[in-house]
Order: sequence, then C-alpha cells, then structure tokens
Amino acid sequence: MLTSVETTVDDLGFEITSGTLIQSQNISLHIGGKELLSGISLNISKAEIVTVIGPNGAGKTTLLRLLLGLIPASSGSIYRKPKLRIGYLPQRAVFNPVLPLSVSRIMNLTGNYSKLQIETSLEETGVQALKDKPVSQLSGGEYQRVMLARALLRNPELLVLDEPVQGVDYMGESELYNLIGDLRKSHGCGVLMVSHNLHVVMASTDRVLCLNQHICCEGQPEDVTQHPEYLRLFGLDSGSALAIYSHQHDHKHHISGELT
Amino acid sequence: MTFLDDFFWRAVIAGVGVAVVAGPLGCFVVWRRMSYLGDTMAHSALLGVALGLFLKVDLMIGVFAVVLAVALVLFFFQRQKLLTNDAVLGTLSHASLAMGVLIISLMAWVRIDLMGYLFGDILAVSLNDLYWIYGGGILILLTLLMLWRPLLAITFDGELAQAEGVPVLGVQLLFMLLVAAVIALSMKIIGILLVTSLLIIPVSAARRFSNTPEQMAIGGALIGISSVLLGLWASLHVDTPSGPSIVIAAVLFFFAAHILPFRQFKY
Repeated sequence: MLTSVETTVDDLGFEITSGTLIQSQNISLHIGGKELLSGISLNISKAEIVTVIGPNGAGKTTLLRLLLGLIPASSGSIYRKPKLRIGYLPQRAVFNPVLPLSVSRIMNLTGNYSKLQIETSLEETGVQALKDKPVSQLSGGEYQRVMLARALLRNPELLVLDEPVQGVDYMGESELYNLIGDLRKSHGCGVLMVSHNLHVVMASTDRVLCLNQHICCEGQPEDVTQHPEYLRLFGLDSGSALAIYSHQHDHKHHISGELT
Repeated sequence: MTFLDDFFWRAVIAGVGVAVVAGPLGCFVVWRRMSYLGDTMAHSALLGVALGLFLKVDLMIGVFAVVLAVALVLFFFQRQKLLTNDAVLGTLSHASLAMGVLIISLMAWVRIDLMGYLFGDILAVSLNDLYWIYGGGILILLTLLMLWRPLLAITFDGELAQAEGVPVLGVQLLFMLLVAAVIALSMKIIGILLVTSLLIIPVSAARRFSNTPEQMAIGGALIGISSVLLGLWASLHVDTPSGPSIVIAAVLFFFAAHILPFRQFKY
C-alpha cells in the first residue's frame, strides 16, 4: 500500500481509501437455511484486477451479484463508491434466435449512445466489423467481445466480468485476458472477474481470491498457488509451473460442468 | 343505422383491433418463450366467464380478473425450484379449464353457448365489446410503447438489465397485465382455446421478413389483420366458427412465409 493514500473511516466502520471502488465487510448470504456465502470481506481498488476462482457451487456468481446489489446480503455491509459506474458482463445467457437484434442495436438497449461511440467501443475490442451482424450469429468469442464493448460504453470505473472466456476457444482465451489487461490500462478501470482457469489468468491478474463459500485464501497468484487451502481445493501437490499445467487439464471436465 | 349494426362488420372491426394489439404484444410472448404460459392464462379465462356470469358483471372484467390472478400465481410459482415451470403450467392450465366448465354446468339457471366461448363466435360481438376492444387496445398499445425498450433489454438478458437499472420485476408484472388484458379482449372473437394463436402465429410468420424487433411487431400486426379478414370472410361464407377460421388463415400465412422461396433476408 502506498502511504500517501488518504484513509477515512466512515460511520459503518469501512476503512475507505481514496482508490476504493467496492468494499465488503463480513457479508453472508443464507437462502432457506443454507449458507451460500459467509464472512466475505474484500476490497477492490482503482485500476486493480481481482480474479475470483473456486470450484463449482463455490458461490462465485452469487458473490458478484451481491457486490452489484442485485440481491441483498443476509448480513454484513457493502460500500460502493458514490455513483460508481459499473460495466457488467454476466454469464452468457441463452439467446433466443427468434429475437431479431443486431450488434449495434444491443449496444443501445439501456443507454443512448451515438453511432460513433458505439463504433469506437467495438473497435477497442476488435469487433467493429460485426456491428450489423445479428447477435444470434456470433461465435462465443465474438459475443464476449461485443458484450465487453457494450460494458465499455458506460465508461466504467469497474468492470465486473463473470466467466469472460465462456464459450471461447483455447487460443482465444489468453487473447481475451490480454485485452482485458489492456482495457484496464487504457481506461484505468478496476476489474473484478470470475474464472476457473488460474493458469491463463495468472499473467494478467493482480490479486486472486480463492472462494469456497468463504474466502479460503487470497493474494498474488504465485502465492495463492502455494497456499495449502488452494492446494486442498484444487488437489495440487506443488506450485510448480508444470503442476499448474496439469491442474488445468485435470479440471477441464470440471469446468464445462459449471458452464451448463 | 350504420354498418356497425351488421354483426359481420362488428366482428371484422373487433378482429382487426385485436390483431393490431396482438402483433407487438405477441412478439414478446414469442421472444420470452411464454407461449405455454399464455395458453395457461387463456384456459383460465373460462373460469373468468363463469365468475362473470355468477357475479353478473361484464364477462370481460371477470375474465381479465381471473386471468391476471392466474398469471400472478404462475409468476410467483416460477420462483420455487421443486417443480418445473412446465409441470406447474400443465397443472394450472387444465385445472382452471376443468373448473370453468364445471362451474358453468352447475349454474343451471344460465344458458350459454360453451362452444362459442371456447372457439369464438362471430355473432357474439356487441357494440359494447367494440368500445372495450378499442378503448382497452389503445391503452395496451400505449403502455407497451412505454415498456418497449425496458422489455427488450430484459428479454435480451434479464440479469444485465437489472444491473443497468431496469426495474425488472415491475416491467414483467406490467407485461403480464397486458397479456391478460389482450386475452380478455380477444376471447369472444377467437375463443378461449385458440386465443394465444393470434399472439404467436402472425409474428412467427413475420419473423421471416424481419431484421429488427419493430419490423417483426408491425409485420405481425399486418399478418394478423389479414388472417382476421380472411378467416371471417370464410366464416361468413362457409359458415365455420370464427376462431378456427382465423387461426387456419394465420397458419396459411405462416407456412407461406416459411416455405415459399422469398428473397433471402439477412437473418
């Protein structure tokens, strides 16, 4: 932490530094007597990439929804920077091809953006050529890039990405992560994303949260892969590069399981 | 004396009014995969007829109230996880239809033409119905115009729409209300069992020629109007029940749209 950063403590007890975008304090969620998340405290700052990893049913998407305010927490509190602009990319929904929507049309579903803004945004994610294409004809990678461009239109201070490489082929995955890293630099926005694939994420993330109903461990990717809790969850015997590779293959089946 | 005194012209004007509303509204029924839900709501309309007869209120009001109640029950039932939507819809659909027939048959003092309610009756449209259809229809269209963008956003991705500030629950409830209203308005002319076909078939035909949501809505309305005109004409000249005739006309347009080798559109 830089010492020059201002820190204030507000009346709810949040220690807010000037770069804080979202902070949660000890939030929990119970539904029907079942504890889905417990005691989550986290902080996301300006221009920081935080990746949430965890096994199926760990509550990764639920955590994002709590932080976005889409569902209320059972206990604990969440601080959001006043008027925080969030660009959200949810898990890919099943698109009904009967709905005739073109790419440029979906850019304007909840906002009013000019043609130029839309084209610039699509250009940033490298899909400007698709602007008149029907959404139902996009490939997995094209769709995610279009949705990313759509999120950028809101000029976000924080990008929240749920499985951004979902439906993207292996080659496309690291390109997409690189793009997210570039966007962080060019827009100066924080990024909170959910991923299964620590190996590919490693290069472009600042911090990793390992989630399994609670935060098992967190830190820089190299540290997390050495952490006993992480190793227990993902069944790794060592943190060597080779082991990370084999982890990835071990869990290929596991990953597609969650996508359904 | 005007041409409104002629039962055929009353039916035509009523049918055209209903088709114009059914086009844009039907689009969302199809896009949101709600055709079975619409069917279930429509089947409960007979219960509304029974209720209206029993309480001696205008049948459209009885139908609207019951259909809306069933829609709300369904809406909140969707939030539980024990039964699939499909099973809940199947249960309610037939339960309400059976209950409607039972109650009507128990009310020995009323004589109604059950066939007319189930399949539509060209003779049944009164001047009063026309006021309802056009007054209600304009209200429905205006509300839908207001809801158009938020509904599109929710249909594209509900989660995203919610995150971007669309009041999802309110918009969805209001939409259910509109569907209930259009079912109540079109019941007499199309019939309870066939009412959702006017919501689904014309817009499905129009899909073939549509590149935007709005084209599909307008196309659906135009094909719906043509189906009503063709169906009612057949009904008058061949003496068939009005509902099935309109539906068959719509189906002809549907097959023509999807089978005939029209110029290939972009989509």
